[in-house]
Amino acid sequence: MNVTEVKPSLPPGVRLGRVSFVWRPWLLSVTLLLAAATFLVFCVSIAVGDFPVGLPQVIATILGRGEQVDRFIIMDLRMPRALAGLVVGVALGVSGAITQSIARNPLASPDVLGITSGASAVAVFLVTVSGGTAAAIVDSVGLSAAALAGGLGTGLLVYFLAWRRGVDGFRLILIGISVSALMEAITTWLLVTADIRDVARAQAWLVGSLEDRSWGEVWTALWCGLVLLFVVSCVAFQFRPMHFGDEVAAGLGVRYTRVRAVLLLCAVLLAGVAVSAAGPVPFVALVAPQVAMRLARCPTPPMVASGLVGALLLIGSDLVARTALPVSLPVGVVTAAIGGPFLVYLLVRANLR
Amino acid sequence: MYKSQVNLSKGGPVVAQSVTEAAVGGTSRLAARGVTVGYGGRVVIDELDVAIPPGVITTIIGPNGCGKSTLLKTLSRLLKPAKGAVVLDGEDIGRLRTRDVAKKLGLLPQAPVAPEGLTVADLVARGRHPHQSWLRQWSSDDAEVVERALAMTGVSDLADRPVDALSGGQRQRVWISMTLAQGTDLLLLDEPTTYLDLAHAVDVLDLVDDLHESGCTVVMVLHDLNLATRYSDNLVVMREGSVLAQGHPRDVITAELLDEAFGLKARVIDDPVGDRPLIVPIGRTHVLPGHLPAVEP
Repeated sequence: MNVTEVKPSLPPGVRLGRVSFVWRPWLLSVTLLLAAATFLVFCVSIAVGDFPVGLPQVIATILGRGEQVDRFIIMDLRMPRALAGLVVGVALGVSGAITQSIARNPLASPDVLGITSGASAVAVFLVTVSGGTAAAIVDSVGLSAAALAGGLGTGLLVYFLAWRRGVDGFRLILIGISVSALMEAITTWLLVTADIRDVARAQAWLVGSLEDRSWGEVWTALWCGLVLLFVVSCVAFQFRPMHFGDEVAAGLGVRYTRVRAVLLLCAVLLAGVAVSAAGPVPFVALVAPQVAMRLARCPTPPMVASGLVGALLLIGSDLVARTALPVSLPVGVVTAAIGGPFLVYLLVRANLR
Repeated sequence: MYKSQVNLSKGGPVVAQSVTEAAVGGTSRLAARGVTVGYGGRVVIDELDVAIPPGVITTIIGPNGCGKSTLLKTLSRLLKPAKGAVVLDGEDIGRLRTRDVAKKLGLLPQAPVAPEGLTVADLVARGRHPHQSWLRQWSSDDAEVVERALAMTGVSDLADRPVDALSGGQRQRVWISMTLAQGTDLLLLDEPTTYLDLAHAVDVLDLVDDLHESGCTVVMVLHDLNLATRYSDNLVVMREGSVLAQGHPRDVITAELLDEAFGLKARVIDDPVGDRPLIVPIGRTHVLPGHLPAVEP
């Protein structure tokens, strides 16, 4: 090979006054396409139903115009469900992107780190154990909030158990799997010993679903999600050198323990928001960052694209669950059925190259 | 694959812009003052004093487990001493902001790992992190410095390649390039030749010497004593958490010291190709009769 002086092909930059960033056209166009696709699926999911509404009417109504009849069907009946799907999907996608980046391992996701199983165990406990205290808790804070607390508690427990002079990816995952297994054992035990009517109620909660969302629940989830995403976007810049490990990050001036603690807390809270809004929806947090990484051709999970893929997967799955299948299935069943094969397809295609 | 690297002497080492006048005057820029460092109750370094002279290559050597890497990590603020302080340009490094330390001192840990698929240009560009902010993520300064760092380490023509597709020696050059892009004139390298064969190790150390020639102060940890002797102007010899000897290799490396520090029986001779001493270890096998270690009466 000839030794030649080549001008290094650096990523081009965009500069607007004091603001500058690296120009990555592929990542930008993939993200914009994903956003457009998410909006489209969002509108379609509102349009489809027992009383079909045309797509133009849906878009007009969302933009504040539209007729009174459409407005009722769209805003009061169908919007909460679609919006819940959007919030839950974005929250799970971003949460997965953060946990996978922190653990530097694609296996890490809120599902593996015990958040989902902890929330499920608490919810099933409250549903099946018909004691005075359990009923009182459900009455005062609601099942979703109690489950959220359970998920957060389990997530933090895993974090502190995994802590040994910093957090090691494998240790975090191993402890997460162990604690999840424990929580799942508790859930199964409760279901086996419980009254059959309670079991039916618990099962309905255990399979994630977007059905019967009220505006109140959706607003809470939406605002919590927005605040958390804002915090994540502020800290994300400091996180970038952490893909190279703690020591390199420290050498580059990052206070890595603090950045990691803030981001992991955000990831746990985002997963908690998702669980309390839709129940445990499996697989979205695991698969969305991996799909986003491959679509955007990034070496690490891109946050925005991961959130969008999560939303696309969740709303799309809900749409399929409601319409394409002969029986109406909960969304959680379909996310696994669609997301799994798609990730396998991407991996196989990468192997063939 | 070895030839594909850009010949460094051809472009000539571009003088690092950050060579500061603070380096002159003989005062050390980085020093440990009475530091004690330990992990969970076990003391690894005990009341250690060391000053890093400016503008030269200082290499820390010593037997396994003597605290070499611990000292380097303490000097770079990765570890916080239980007692004592590390002083950087006259200030206690523990009181400085992490980001300000990163603007003065570049650190390359042992065997760092990049995410799969990351390109060389993106990795080296990350070295600009301490100079960037949320709004200012890629200025024209950044582009210039990264270009120079790539050229100095001879990896310009690898800029588009994924880091994981490179050979060990090339990869180490890329990491050094990232540390250079940080724009500091003080570089701390923890065993930069780990996992490299001798040819690549020499290649990387030649690069380190180029950086030194361009005005950088380098502190590194090395295992290979002969390479350390050849490439450093200042050796810090450690044993059991304290400094046994410090100075120019010609003054420091003696058969007695090697025995004391490492328990190594060796002959120290003149290097036939260099102006430094050469260490010839005396094992038990295939040693000529006259050279067996003297049995003390």
